[in-house]
Amino acid sequence: MTTINDTIQSYIDAAPVVLFMKGTADFPQCGFSAQVVQILNECGVDFNAHNVLESDELRQGIKTFSQWPTIPQLYIKGEFIGGCDIVTELFQKGELQTLSSL
Amino acid sequence: MTPNMIQHTLNEAFPDASITVDGDGRHFYATIISDQFEGKLPLARHRMVYAALGDLMDEAIHALSIQAFTTSEHNNT
Repeated sequence: MTTINDTIQSYIDAAPVVLFMKGTADFPQCGFSAQVVQILNECGVDFNAHNVLESDELRQGIKTFSQWPTIPQLYIKGEFIGGCDIVTELFQKGELQTLSSL
Repeated sequence: MTPNMIQHTLNEAFPDASITVDGDGRHFYATIISDQFEGKLPLARHRMVYAALGDLMDEAIHALSIQAFTTSEHNNT
């Protein structure tokens, strides 16, 4: 049986940059999710986005999986990077661009 | 949920800290200046703050933006 943790891991393994967010990349439904999408777009990186509003199991599951209580959540190359504040901070320091260069 | 309640909870976990919290009842912005953050990366600092807030993060707080500085970092910004 596939658990939500297996599903989340498969999402994270499927692409170098994976974002769990509220809404879609085209229509974010939360200001913090929108900000992370905008930063990723500015970095010019392709990313897979998963809308937690479409699945309550995913919405709760990702919080437990990452041990992180808020959304959005960004993963790069399988590693948890953080939420909106940390992504913004890394971007302003120019470190996100380095992390996400493939 | 009020900014004051969050500030009170954070004060208990970071008694040495200078803390300010603003918010509209659902979205909050916290700035915490504490030497407990010394030598810790942003991810670890955020985890410390979330741990201090515990169950409040489940429902009561919809969104929380965190700025976590050490004293010397804060003095240099």
